Amino acid sequence: MLKCEGLTLAVPGRVLAHDVDFEVKRGDTWAVLGANGSGKTTLVHALAGLTPPMRAEISVDGAPLDARRVSARAALVGILLQQEDTAFWGDVLDYVLLGRFPRARAVFGWSREDEDAARAALVAVGLAGLERRSYRTLSGGERQRARIAQLLAQDPQLFLLDEPLQHLDLRHQVAVLRLFGSLARERGKAVIMVLHDTLWLAQACSHALLLHENGVVEAGTATAMLTRDRLERLYGCQLREIAVDGISFFAPV
Amino acid sequence: MSRPLALGTALVVAAVASVFLALVAGPFPISARQVLDSVLFPIPGLVHDIIWQLRAPRALAAFACGGLLALAGALLQALLRNALADPYVLGVSSGAALGALLALVAGAGVALMSMAALAGAACAIAIVFGLSFRSGEWDIYRLLLTGVVLAAGFSALVSLTLVTASHMQVKGMLFWLMGDLSYADSPLAAWIVLLFGTALATSGARGLDLLALGETKARSLGLPVKALQVGIFAVAAAATVAAVMLAGSVGFVGLMVPHAVRLMGVAAYRWLLPLSVLLGGVFLTVADTVARTLVAPQQLPVGVLTAIIGVPLMLWLLGRRRLTT
Repeated sequence: MLKCEGLTLAVPGRVLAHDVDFEVKRGDTWAVLGANGSGKTTLVHALAGLTPPMRAEISVDGAPLDARRVSARAALVGILLQQEDTAFWGDVLDYVLLGRFPRARAVFGWSREDEDAARAALVAVGLAGLERRSYRTLSGGERQRARIAQLLAQDPQLFLLDEPLQHLDLRHQVAVLRLFGSLARERGKAVIMVLHDTLWLAQACSHALLLHENGVVEAGTATAMLTRDRLERLYGCQLREIAVDGISFFAPV
Repeated sequence: MSRPLALGTALVVAAVASVFLALVAGPFPISARQVLDSVLFPIPGLVHDIIWQLRAPRALAAFACGGLLALAGALLQALLRNALADPYVLGVSSGAALGALLALVAGAGVALMSMAALAGAACAIAIVFGLSFRSGEWDIYRLLLTGVVLAAGFSALVSLTLVTASHMQVKGMLFWLMGDLSYADSPLAAWIVLLFGTALATSGARGLDLLALGETKARSLGLPVKALQVGIFAVAAAATVAAVMLAGSVGFVGLMVPHAVRLMGVAAYRWLLPLSVLLGGVFLTVADTVARTLVAPQQLPVGVLTAIIGVPLMLWLLGRRRLTT
C-alpha cells in the first residue's frame, strides 16, 4: 500500500528522522509514537504529501505520491489533522459532505451518493441526528467525531490520523479505535495513527513506528516494538508492564 | 421548499419589486400603470424618456453596484477567512479614490477622472497582489495586512488631497468617498462583471466551502488552493473595481449583506453567493430610491443611507436569531 524509502525529515535546525524505510500493507494499523516535538505530525504530513520531506521516496499503490493528480491522491490518502482552525459556518452534514470533495461529480451541490456517504459516516461515529446542527455549536469531542466522519466520507485507502483520540471520552476512544481497526482488517484499508496512549497500544495496532529524540527511527511489528525498555527510552519516563491474557499494558510508575 | 430556494424565490420577487419601485418613485409623478405601459407598449414621450433614460439606468446601476459589493464581500470573507473582510479591505477603493481625486485636482474632466480612478484601483491591486505573492509563496495573512496597510496609506493621501483642495473641488471629491449613484448612467459594464463574476464564483463554490477548513485540510482533500485563491482574488477585485467606478465607495453593503444571508440560515457558498448578490442588489436599489426621493429634488449620496437603513435591519436580524444556531 504505502512504501517509504530513505525518508529524511527535518525542521530548521534539526533532523527529525534520518533515512527511514518502512512499508505499510493493507490491513495494517500502525501507531506512530514519540515525545512532543519528535516529528510525528511532520511525518504524517509528509506521507499525505502536504509538506515535502527533505528526502524520500514515497509510493502509494505502486506509484510515487507526487506523480498523481491532487484529486486522485485525495481519493487514495486521507488525513485527520491534529489542528484545524475552522471558520465553517454551515451545519454538520455540510461539514461532513466536504469530505466528498475529491469524488464530487455534481455541478451544483452534492449528489445523492455523496449525501448517503456523509449520513452513513455520521452514523458510524455516533452523530446521527445532529445533521442540521451548526458545526460551530458542537462540543470538542463532537467536533472531533465530525472530523472523523468527514474522513470516512472521503473513503480513502490509506488513513493518516494525527491524534485521532483527542477530546474523546473513553467510550468514543474505544469506538474510534475499533472502527479504524475493522476498516483495516475487514475492508483492507491501511491506517497510520499518531497516538500518545501507551496503555492499550498493543490492542490498537499491529505495527509501530518509534521516533526517538536523536533522529533514530525504529519500525516494526507491535510485538517487537512495544517493549518496556523501548518505550521508556522513547518517553524518558519509567513504565510498568502489566500483562493480562497475553496482552501487555504499559502504565507509568 | 428548502430554505435557500425559498429565500431565493423571495429575493427574485423583491428584486423585480425594488426595480419597479425605483421606476415609479421620483419627483416627477409617474404611476405604476404608466411604468407597466411603458415596459409593455413603449410610446415615445416625456414619461418614456424619464423612465428609460433616467430612472432605469439608475436603478440598474444601483442593483449592479449592490450585487457587486455583496459578491466581493462574500468572496473576500472566504478568501481571508475573516468575518470582518469587506470589498475595501484590500485598498482597492481608496486607490481608486486617490486616483480620481488627483485627477480632479489636476483639473481633469469626468472621463479622465474615471481613467485615473481605474488606474488607482489597478495600482492598489497590483501592489497588494505583488507583495503578497512574492516568490510564488502566497500568504493570506500577508495579503490582508498589506491591503489594510495600503488602504491606510491611500486614505491618508486622500485626506491630504482634501485638505489642500479648494472648496469647489471638495464637493466633487465627496462622491468618491461616500458613494453616490447620481452620475451612474451606464451600468452595462458593471452588469457584465456582475453576471460573469457571480457565475464564475458560484462554479467554484464547493472549493470556497472547503477553504473554510483551512489551507492544509483543503489541500489534503485535493483542492488546488493557490489557483482558487488567486481566482477569488481576481473576481473580488474586478467586482470591487466595477462597483467603485459606478458609485464610489458605498459602505456597509459588502460587509453586511453576506452576513445577513448567513443569519437567515444559508452558509453554503453555492447559495450564499447568488443570494448575497440578489440581496445586495435589492438593498442598494431601495436605498438609492430613498436617497433620491427623501429630500427631492435634492439628492443624497446613497452611501450615507446604506448604513442608516442597514444598521437597524442588521441589528434586528442579529437579535432575532442566535448567531450559533
